[in-house]
Amino acid sequence: MNLIVAIKLVPDLVEELKINEEGNFLDLESLRLRVNEFDEHALEQAILLKERGAGRVIVIALDGEGVEDALFTAAAKGADQIIKLTGNTMPLVSNHTLARWLAPVIKSLQPGLVLTGVQAHNDLDGPLGPLLAEYLNLPYVGYVAKATMKDGEVEIRKEYPGGLAAEMEIDLPAVLGIQAAEQPPRYIAFSRIRQAMKTVQLEERQIPDPFIEEPIAIARLFQPEIGERAEIISGDVDEIAARLVDIFTDLDLL
Amino acid sequence: MAVNPVTQRPTFNEIFYTSLQKLPDGERVRACLQCGTCSGVCPFGYLMDYPPSKMIAALRAGMFDRVMKTDKVWMCVSCYACTNSCPAQIPLTAGLMTRTKEELLLAGNVPVELQDALENTQRYGNPMGESPRKRAAWARGIEPSVKIMSQINRPIDVLWFVGDYASFHPRVQLSSRALARIFNLLGVDFGILGHEENSDGDSQRLAGERGLFELLVDKNSKAFQKYQFNQIVTADPHAFNALKNEYPKLGVNYPVQHYTQYLSAKLDLLRPLLRHEIKARITYHDPCYLGRANGIYQPPRQLLQAIPGVELVEMPHSAVNSLCCGGGGGGMWLEGYQWEQAHARLSEWRVREAVAIGADILAVACTYEIPRFEDAVKMVQKASRLVIRDISELLLESIGE
Ligand code: SF4
Ligand code: SF4
Repeated sequence: MNLIVAIKLVPDLVEELKINEEGNFLDLESLRLRVNEFDEHALEQAILLKERGAGRVIVIALDGEGVEDALFTAAAKGADQIIKLTGNTMPLVSNHTLARWLAPVIKSLQPGLVLTGVQAHNDLDGPLGPLLAEYLNLPYVGYVAKATMKDGEVEIRKEYPGGLAAEMEIDLPAVLGIQAAEQPPRYIAFSRIRQAMKTVQLEERQIPDPFIEEPIAIARLFQPEIGERAEIISGDVDEIAARLVDIFTDLDLL
Repeated sequence: MAVNPVTQRPTFNEIFYTSLQKLPDGERVRACLQCGTCSGVCPFGYLMDYPPSKMIAALRAGMFDRVMKTDKVWMCVSCYACTNSCPAQIPLTAGLMTRTKEELLLAGNVPVELQDALENTQRYGNPMGESPRKRAAWARGIEPSVKIMSQINRPIDVLWFVGDYASFHPRVQLSSRALARIFNLLGVDFGILGHEENSDGDSQRLAGERGLFELLVDKNSKAFQKYQFNQIVTADPHAFNALKNEYPKLGVNYPVQHYTQYLSAKLDLLRPLLRHEIKARITYHDPCYLGRANGIYQPPRQLLQAIPGVELVEMPHSAVNSLCCGGGGGGMWLEGYQWEQAHARLSEWRVREAVAIGADILAVACTYEIPRFEDAVKMVQKASRLVIRDISELLLESIGE
């Protein structure tokens, strides 16, 4: 059975986010990308399933800066096949578009189970998983924290707010949004990644229809603005502390 | 009974034992007397299922797979105490312990804390996961300004390899700023690599990540090649050890000094500037990678003694017998794991010694140590009076800047 993992690159919040001159998108020059952390959990869960004999792991990602490193890392961790989708020219790809591009490729790979991170911090139009399920016409369950294969079904543990959890069985094929793998994503020695770069074949596939009309357009992107009643206190530690004491005294809190 | 000759594939035990003997001086492992000295001096030997002597016994018995199943090898802080006291002069730290960690890492037997540091190093070039673009931010506002090599277009005398903690840790940044001011006062023509500098990788190497180390050497070497300079100076003993002993093995060869060596050679110039008395009992902690690993004991002491008013006192464990602060060989990134295993911190043992001899100031010369010891001071009883200072900070205080 094929376990398909869709991973995507998101802005790395280690760098301060800057907004472009037009004020409608992040400044691409200063942007650093990394693999969405939830997707790393999706990959870990898929590898764990493979290690228990569930099948082959295929990892697929849209082209972008650093994506090859991410795919070779996945191969070093145990993915059997890695695929890069090429031909995209847009800086921002909404999840609707991404799902429409991924779906036919995933379909052609005869998926048994599709795993993806339950969310990403740059999801503007909803998470990827349910959209993929829609285009693939498959069932979807999100916030999954554990998955086990059993007689043509997948048994999952799903987490709800307030500490509730549920266990369910889902018919295959299906799409899962992974909240957390059963164990933290494994570390892979760099020598193994280097080895994968030399030995593993990176497959490239063309995006089926690159000129999709994006369903959303950002009108304006801006840093949080200082509200009328907000006061930004500056100065050294002593000055800031003194000002805070004044404010609390004025408010009768001290 | 007829015995058929069987050809067997070598076992992991055999492959590992052979690979160990191929390392520099590695064949000495065959001369192990099983005296147990190594395990006795090891600060965490008492809780390792297989301290060094037992690891060798397991290797000889063909039972090394048992060592691979425990994770206690991660308690090794690469402090060189075992290596230094081994009568058979077996390269225990660089050989046995590091090779074992490499195998554990390949097998995926790695504490999660350490994984984070290694992943950060892969991704950002520093173990703490800071933005590599901010690597020179510590130097902002210093006058005359600290030169960044990519911004000046000329050869320079001293290339300062700043290192991870000295660049990013808010407390250690203060000692970097102190050193920059001293360099300025002495008129040193120096520059830094800024965002082009990557982690030296030595602690990652000693934590078993050889491949990552090679990647970092490659990146730093490319940066070095872009510029002209006469020598490298660093305040980080781990970077010093890497640049002096490990980079040359990969063909990256530059003269390098620890800043205490560099400044003690300039004492004639420095001494007249040290005008203000520091009336204090000061004790000095020999960091493993200046002391035991590289034999540098005097320069830091010469600098401290040059400060008027200072009474230099020694702790029971000093120089070659110095106690490790617990940060080496990946220990910096295994704080929680070590605590879980030992319920003790090596840095606290050290602070207790400093308190016991009545020191006012514990002077250090390693960029890992200021935060480690300052944290320990908060935990150890009667240690609240003990002040932790880098030697550069004490020098600057005496200069009166
Ligand atoms: S100190 Fe050296 S000779 Fe003695 S047991 Fe340890 S490794 Fe063997
Ligand atoms: S290097 Fe230090 S911590 Fe590691 S085994 Fe030797 S004595 Fe123990």
